[in-house]
Amino acid sequence: MSNNIILEMKNINKSFPGVRALQGVDFKLNKGEIHALMGENGAGKSTLIKVLTGVYEKDEGHIYIDGSDKETVIHSPQDAQKAGISTVYQEITLCPNLSVAENMYIGRTEGATTNWKKMNQDADKLLKSLDIPAKATQQLGSCSIAVQQMVAIARAVDMDCKVLILDEPTSSLDEQEVEKLFGLMRDLKARGVGIIFVTHFLDQVYEVCDKITVLRDGQLVGEYTISELPRVKLVAKMLGKELDDMSDIRGEQEAYSGEDASDVVLEAEGLYSDAGIKPFDFYIKKGEVNGFTGLLGSGRSECVRAIFGADRVLGGKVKKNGKEVKISKPLDAMKNGIAYLPEDRKKDGIIGDLSVRDNIIIASQVLRGFFKPYTKAQANKFAEEYIKLLDIKTASADTPIKSLSGGNQQKVILARWLMTHPEYLILDEPTRGIDVGTKIEIQKLVLKLASEGMSVTFISSETDEMLRTCSRMVVMRDRKVVGELSGEDLTQNKIMSTIAGGEK
Amino acid sequence: MGKTGVKNEKGSGFLGKIVRQQLFIPIAALLILAIFNLIADPSFFKITMGQSSSGDPVLSGYLITILDYGSELAILAIGMTLVTAASGGQDISVGAAIAIAGSVILRVLCGTNSRPEELRTSVFVAFLVACVVAMLFGAFNGILVAYFKIQPMVATLILYTAGRSIAAWINNNELPIISEPSFAYYGGFIPGIPIPTPFFIAMICVIITALVLKFTNLGLYTQAVGINEDSSRLNGLNPLFIKFLSFVILGLCVAVVGLIKVSRFQTINYSVVAKDIEMDAILAVALGGNALSGGKFNMAASILGAYVIQFLTTTLYKFNVQSDALPAYKAVVVILLVVLSAPSVRAKLSKIGKNRRVKEVA
Amino acid sequence: MTNKSSATKKGFGSKSKNMSDTNMLLTITIVIFFVMYIGAILFLGEGFLKPQTFLSILSSNAALIITSCGMSIVMITGGIDISVGGVVALVSMCSAVYLDKQNGSVGGAILISLAIGLAFGIVQGFLVAYLDIQPFIVSLAGMFFARGMTTIVNNKPFNVENKAFVALKDARVIVPGLGSVNRLGKYIDAYVEIGVVVALLVVLALFIILRWTKLGRGFYAVGGNAQSALMLGINVKRTKFISHVLCSLLAGIGGFVYFMHVGSGSPSHAMGMEMNAIASSIIGGTMLTGGVGNIIGTLFGVLSLSTIQNIVASAGFDEAWWTGITIAVMLCLFLVIQSVVMAKKKKTVQS
Repeated sequence: MSNNIILEMKNINKSFPGVRALQGVDFKLNKGEIHALMGENGAGKSTLIKVLTGVYEKDEGHIYIDGSDKETVIHSPQDAQKAGISTVYQEITLCPNLSVAENMYIGRTEGATTNWKKMNQDADKLLKSLDIPAKATQQLGSCSIAVQQMVAIARAVDMDCKVLILDEPTSSLDEQEVEKLFGLMRDLKARGVGIIFVTHFLDQVYEVCDKITVLRDGQLVGEYTISELPRVKLVAKMLGKELDDMSDIRGEQEAYSGEDASDVVLEAEGLYSDAGIKPFDFYIKKGEVNGFTGLLGSGRSECVRAIFGADRVLGGKVKKNGKEVKISKPLDAMKNGIAYLPEDRKKDGIIGDLSVRDNIIIASQVLRGFFKPYTKAQANKFAEEYIKLLDIKTASADTPIKSLSGGNQQKVILARWLMTHPEYLILDEPTRGIDVGTKIEIQKLVLKLASEGMSVTFISSETDEMLRTCSRMVVMRDRKVVGELSGEDLTQNKIMSTIAGGEK
Repeated sequence: MGKTGVKNEKGSGFLGKIVRQQLFIPIAALLILAIFNLIADPSFFKITMGQSSSGDPVLSGYLITILDYGSELAILAIGMTLVTAASGGQDISVGAAIAIAGSVILRVLCGTNSRPEELRTSVFVAFLVACVVAMLFGAFNGILVAYFKIQPMVATLILYTAGRSIAAWINNNELPIISEPSFAYYGGFIPGIPIPTPFFIAMICVIITALVLKFTNLGLYTQAVGINEDSSRLNGLNPLFIKFLSFVILGLCVAVVGLIKVSRFQTINYSVVAKDIEMDAILAVALGGNALSGGKFNMAASILGAYVIQFLTTTLYKFNVQSDALPAYKAVVVILLVVLSAPSVRAKLSKIGKNRRVKEVA
Repeated sequence: MTNKSSATKKGFGSKSKNMSDTNMLLTITIVIFFVMYIGAILFLGEGFLKPQTFLSILSSNAALIITSCGMSIVMITGGIDISVGGVVALVSMCSAVYLDKQNGSVGGAILISLAIGLAFGIVQGFLVAYLDIQPFIVSLAGMFFARGMTTIVNNKPFNVENKAFVALKDARVIVPGLGSVNRLGKYIDAYVEIGVVVALLVVLALFIILRWTKLGRGFYAVGGNAQSALMLGINVKRTKFISHVLCSLLAGIGGFVYFMHVGSGSPSHAMGMEMNAIASSIIGGTMLTGGVGNIIGTLFGVLSLSTIQNIVASAGFDEAWWTGITIAVMLCLFLVIQSVVMAKKKKTVQS
């Protein structure tokens, strides 16, 4: 049995400043096995893969390849390739301007010249043997994403790889393309290649994989065979269903009870954007906290982005307090009292080099207008006020936001939107990548705001957070709204079965 | 080990704080230049009373020259700083655009008569027309950069090539000469005032800029867009328009300098006027400690940087460097500046610094 | 996500989609050139019909062809170099001074030209590739440095009278079979200058390098996507470095060819040549964004540009400024076309 093991990782540890990304993780891969690596964002999947491929250096741990007792040293992607580990990433890491054949052979042939004829022949042979519908002389950029991905796999296969890592290769493919890819994977499996498959699509896991390893919060949850882990259990393992050790914070806040409590604040009908979501309907009442749930890539962010006008809206109606409004850009949404805390804090949220103060006032400043800047004293007053209100830990209001910790950066962004006094606040993954204490603070704040009459949409990968805060949840799968849960139905089990869909 | 490193950093607090101030770079450069001149030839700092061409008593001396020509540069530096901050690139067509603006002024003032006895209209009207034209050319650059997403320097390369030709074409390749003495006020001296007018014009521009930065959000918006375009958009800003606007504002600055230039010479030489000034303007921004890749900016530092650059130019002139050879020396300064501010070099330098500190501790 | 299906994704059918960007842009360029030349023959008369007209265009643009080829390489790799005009001026000035004032040999002058080009290439390449400084800033400084140095070497234009050099300058390469009979009925051979031979050799050599060597393909890979190229095992920094060295070296060679054509040294030589080189490359189908381009295209880019200048001149717009404006307009046009094409392409890939 042991000589069947092609890759073994033992006790892998890796930390980044302030985060322990991997803590004593073990991983085993057999020859001719397709092994799913599962976990929500921040679980440590990508860190583990980057350690394996030499992008990161591990702090501790051992890697053995091909059942050998000798440890394999991997310092760079080149080392990993030499050791027989090839990776195909979600984003294509090939050159779209070169031909298919060149992409398969460039950077790894001997000699200074290119023998086109031989290269094209070899490439065609390989493409044919793997049943990839592409011609060697075709420009890569003119192939579909699926074919590009397959070409990347072909390159890996031809490099005599023992371990093939597929890092979310299917996220931009359609069903037929996924089928083709799976065919290729099964073919490779038959040849004895060990495949690590990272994906967010549960159906796909159950279709091709033999085993599943689940990670959560940088720790190994366990290794299971497909048959012993049904869908619902897998979702539970991924999300972590351990008993809630935090108090029921919902109990601490009264629900909003104004006269207008049942008024619909915002309503969307058949809304869809160019980000690829199916048209959806949506409403939110005054003082209500609702949530969008679903696994990553299910389209929950795209929905709220469409409401905020962050993506290009292609169709649908939005009504604010019963009146139809046109929201085509973020400023329109802001003027209608909508605020949006984006999912990707670094890319869409913070303005890194600006001070905490400027980051707090900017949205409110934009609303106030170009010719009405806050005076320095006003800006300082607001900044100090919100720094105190949200307990933001910063040396001063002048500190550039990029030097704050993740949680404090998030609080600054939150302060930014609170300062605009929105009627409807959208929080997309406000608790991602921040410490537990801040997470609870943010959840409490959400409930407090709602009790004061603000409508809030709260999106989180952690279902228990949403259960604690939301009174109604929209469930999404494959970029479609597939259900809505509220009241009695709001249980971990019910949510998971709705996310997983169909059979249990 | 790590802890001692932190302590040491704190230990060098006072000096470190000064060095980290953005104004430190131009001021240090200014001091170095001043000391160099003081040692080489103190007469550099002598200011005498001379006579202007119209016979009025005016100040003269190297320092006055710096004040005079540095002012042109300071005005350009204002616009260039905004363009750099918003777009992360530079406009290399300002010299050519100045030729266009100057040519427009002469054309409006002289009509088709290249040796007019009297001006056809007031200088103010001519200047307004030049402003509109220069802003249109700025808008052209801005559209290419913001909406067609062409790298700023490549986009402005178009006007850089065509600009002087367009300037010549506006006046039918004639070189109008204006003999009206009052026209010389803007680039020379106003009778009774011994300080060159460009300095006052620059001060007006600086004050207007300061007011605009204080009473509008131009500064905040420009920096936000330069630092993080995606995030700015989600905060309701229109990044494309802000970039576009920065080029239009630079166009306005160009028009002002164009007026000073043609007034100074009372005529125009299309291929020579404001030659290589784009280099100086970019250098002023860089010397002001502003990142040429955009983002945060410090306007005061840029303006001071402009005068420092002129200080350097005048010093070189004094040591008999020909005007055509100046770019070679400045190119060396530019390369030194960008090399020192390159992130990879900085990372290396700080590593060396740290190692040394660690060694000292050990 | 599930039902996405578009012709571009599924089909490998239509030919234009199968065509690589490089070939498509090349075809456009060649077609434009021929359309323009035929148009010139039709509307501006017989002059353009004479082979010698075309050969003269070649002769006077040999230096531009060489420098544009270098520019194309840098642009294919994703960079830009605006110092080439300055280098050409510096090279011709240094060669002129060396030949006339130092009584040097032609061979020595050629060596000096190569050395100057190489030195610029190494310094600029190092700054761009290994210190990660924007190529535009680096070569802007390079341009000013070269221009400044040219006047420092000698600030007055002068003609070179060195005998060996003048002989070389006046040497003609007869092109058999293309001569014409003049009004007196005498047959006059068609000819080109030596520079044209050099230029064609350079084009041939670079064509081979870009097509058949690993280095050449590396240029494309790095320009297409530097990150991917790194993952594919290409030494990105070295590739960038070499592209700049090659570009400046070619500017050095181009400088000498230019010098052979004009036979003098002057600080105002090759003014705006960097612009012509960039414009030629872009018209020749090299993308500013890198990864796409072809040396044959660049050759046609130069020819298109010089033909249009000739057309503008013979159409009566012979004032000097029209040249600058024409080039700028053409450049602007092609830049906008590229930008629009790229935006469209991105959209089709996304949807």
